[in-house]
Amino acid sequence: MSYVFRKSILAATVLATVGIAAPVAAETPANMLVMGMRLDDIITMDPAEVFELTTGEISANIYDRVMMFEPEDLSTLVCGVCEDYTISEDGKTIDFTVRDGLTFHSGNPVRAEDVVWSLQRVIKLNKTPAFILSQFGWTSENVEEMITVTDSGFRVHIVEDFSPGLVLNALAAGVASVVDRELVMSNEVDGDLGYAWLKDKSAGSGAFRLVSWNANETVMLEAFEDYRHGAPAMKRVVGRHVPEPAAQRLLLEQGDIDMARTLTPDQIAGLEGNENIAIDFYPKAGLIYMAANVSNEYLSNPKVWEALHYLVDYKGMEESFLTGQFITHQTFWPTGMWSSVASNPFSLDIDRARGLLEEAGLGDGFSIEIDSLNTSPYMEIAQSLQQTLGEAGITAEIVPQDGSALWPKYRARRHGLILARWSPDYVDPHSNADSFAHNPDNSEEAQLTGVLAWRNAWADEEITALAAAARSETDLDARKTMYEELQLKHQANSPFVIMFQQNEQVARRTNVEGFVSGSNFDLVFYRNVTKQ
Amino acid sequence: MAAWLKGVSGALASLALTFLGLTLITFLIGRVMPVDPVLAIVGDRAPKVVYDAMYRELGLDKPLIVQYLLYLGNILSGDFGVSIQTAKPVLDDLFRFFPATLELATLATLVGVVLGVPMGVWAAVNQGRWIDHVVRVVGLIGYSMPIFWLGMVALLIFYATLQWVPGPGRLDVFYEGLVPRVSGLLLVDAWLAGDDTVWYNALDHLLLPVAILGSFALAYIARMTRSFMLDQLRQEYVLTARVKGLPEWKVVWRHAFGNVLVQLITIIGLTYASLLEGSVLTETVFAWPGIGQYITAGLFKSDMNAVIGGTIVVGMCFVGINMLSDVLYKFVDPRAR
Repeated sequence: MSYVFRKSILAATVLATVGIAAPVAAETPANMLVMGMRLDDIITMDPAEVFELTTGEISANIYDRVMMFEPEDLSTLVCGVCEDYTISEDGKTIDFTVRDGLTFHSGNPVRAEDVVWSLQRVIKLNKTPAFILSQFGWTSENVEEMITVTDSGFRVHIVEDFSPGLVLNALAAGVASVVDRELVMSNEVDGDLGYAWLKDKSAGSGAFRLVSWNANETVMLEAFEDYRHGAPAMKRVVGRHVPEPAAQRLLLEQGDIDMARTLTPDQIAGLEGNENIAIDFYPKAGLIYMAANVSNEYLSNPKVWEALHYLVDYKGMEESFLTGQFITHQTFWPTGMWSSVASNPFSLDIDRARGLLEEAGLGDGFSIEIDSLNTSPYMEIAQSLQQTLGEAGITAEIVPQDGSALWPKYRARRHGLILARWSPDYVDPHSNADSFAHNPDNSEEAQLTGVLAWRNAWADEEITALAAAARSETDLDARKTMYEELQLKHQANSPFVIMFQQNEQVARRTNVEGFVSGSNFDLVFYRNVTKQ
Repeated sequence: MAAWLKGVSGALASLALTFLGLTLITFLIGRVMPVDPVLAIVGDRAPKVVYDAMYRELGLDKPLIVQYLLYLGNILSGDFGVSIQTAKPVLDDLFRFFPATLELATLATLVGVVLGVPMGVWAAVNQGRWIDHVVRVVGLIGYSMPIFWLGMVALLIFYATLQWVPGPGRLDVFYEGLVPRVSGLLLVDAWLAGDDTVWYNALDHLLLPVAILGSFALAYIARMTRSFMLDQLRQEYVLTARVKGLPEWKVVWRHAFGNVLVQLITIIGLTYASLLEGSVLTETVFAWPGIGQYITAGLFKSDMNAVIGGTIVVGMCFVGINMLSDVLYKFVDPRAR
């Protein structure tokens, strides 16, 4: 009997061995870029609705926008689909011409009608990112008069007082993607402007077209051979959903992926010394901050806000668990952007913080909750804060939670201290100023739930007025000076403790070159990627 | 005939009750959880007007009971709603994600049964000898080792170091979309398409996750088989059979083993059902787009349509496997007929 069992085990072992000895493929094709990344934040591919990090990136490669920051020079705003523009004397009307000879992936020509329809569609659908355009006073009722086709191209007319420079910057955001009207409208259902159809399709004129999006699996793009800058070298770009960083690293080391996009610092450290792999650093505009809800009895005093600034171990965190991935940054507009200010005056100083708390009449300390995202590095930062706050007599209880629980609480002003993140919606300082500094109505009824200042029940008349003036200023230099002043005032007197700016680390096989990742989440480009 | 009818109607009633219970409990949990399905769609920066519009669109302004009845009505007409995370109908998603788990779980259960049952019997027959100790240690390791860690170590050894198997995923990226989707089971679809290359690639990708999940199933099944067999081998009828001079293999396989089959079917059924739930950790390590990842991602995104749809499928699997077990009992145990 034992003989029979032994034989059966042996047979199973042999079968298993034969199986695992089957040939194993590796190395991605020379004209295909494969990236290991997380794809689980994607919920739509429609540029009128796209607001997630991954789709922002993918959309930037599928659609050309009215204005653009091109990968060759990410610091200069240039025409995308437009050829040229003229701004009226009062700064409220901008006339655009459209480039000749552009075509969509479908083969349809790109016309002024497509541009106008695409912008109007954003306002009519009124999805979350629509505010980037609706802030100019465009509504579903007036948008057809505000954005119009002209003999030479198209015209936008703004209702509110906004600097034309700001309007142009906003027209470089994802919501200003130009969509193939004819193709989308041929798939319209019940007057939805193609909304249902475009959720998982593409209709652009960018360097790539969307082949497929299999949620939590892959996103596949195909090169557009007639792209205005020439056909990309990579005929296919594939994003693979690999949620586990360690698995991402193994795939990269084996050559099964060309780039690993979401590695943790320990995985990055483990790749150092591998001659087949290079690590690139890209400063991003993402910020991590702590904010104090001013409606809380302990957090209403500006002395407490100032004390909080001195109770953060910026250097200690930057040099330990945040190493390489975040740098200290203490104003609301990130380093490397137009009009940013290099001002990091705060460092950990427990004695000074204690003194400030004494002045606020809170020398005996107090207890407070810190609401935090339950993921890395937020939990590590929260723990560090808990310790340093404790040294000044503040007993902090960390309340870790998923974003789906944290954001409703934040929007309802039910937090005490909160540890959160922020990145600009478009590349203009007004994007952050409008949220961190501009709060025109602090009342509960106003429900400005998208505004961070309102969420923290904080409004400063002088700062709000300065933010409003800066957004309307037409002179570029004067506007820059105003934002610099605004950042310093906000830093000195607000319940926001801006702590860190993101630094993206991308690990790539050394034969892959030309990947470009700009400061904002939707400034990532694949079209210049080559493989040796 | 009457008994047969009674049996079928009982099973159907049980199925309907389970279905109702599942939808009700999952729906209520989804609504009392401190998460906001509206924000999951519109994002945390949405202005109030956008938020309110989506709130109404999702029907959240209606009383809870009305929401549930509407949802139930939709489900019964085959409309499970649209998933937030995939922007596709949940039913389409279930047809896409469930086969990935089904393929993995079925093969893992097969490994567990084919290796675990003989090992358990072998250990019981050789109780106290080295073979028994080996099987017990294997069982202990398989059952107590964190599956996440085991998966990573297995990848490190068999993929990164020995390069015997491919990395995470169901297929190498350049084979994706090469065979038409029929069943969603890649081995079956590649076979139907007559594409050997894709079939071997899919098999290669299955080996490691199947081995990891299979080791878990094997450990449990071997331990339980050993325990059941020890119980039987101590019975007097076994002693009688041996005294009568029956060959040992007959004593073990025909007499003792025959009497543990009912219990074995139960634990094999439970093991299979638990693997069909979707082993989230294994699916995460191996980037396996299965039902476990789908439901978990749905939970994190407040994608309650996906969660409820996935839960119903898993629940129905449990019910189905239980019913199948009941049928099998009648084959192996005359008393159950």
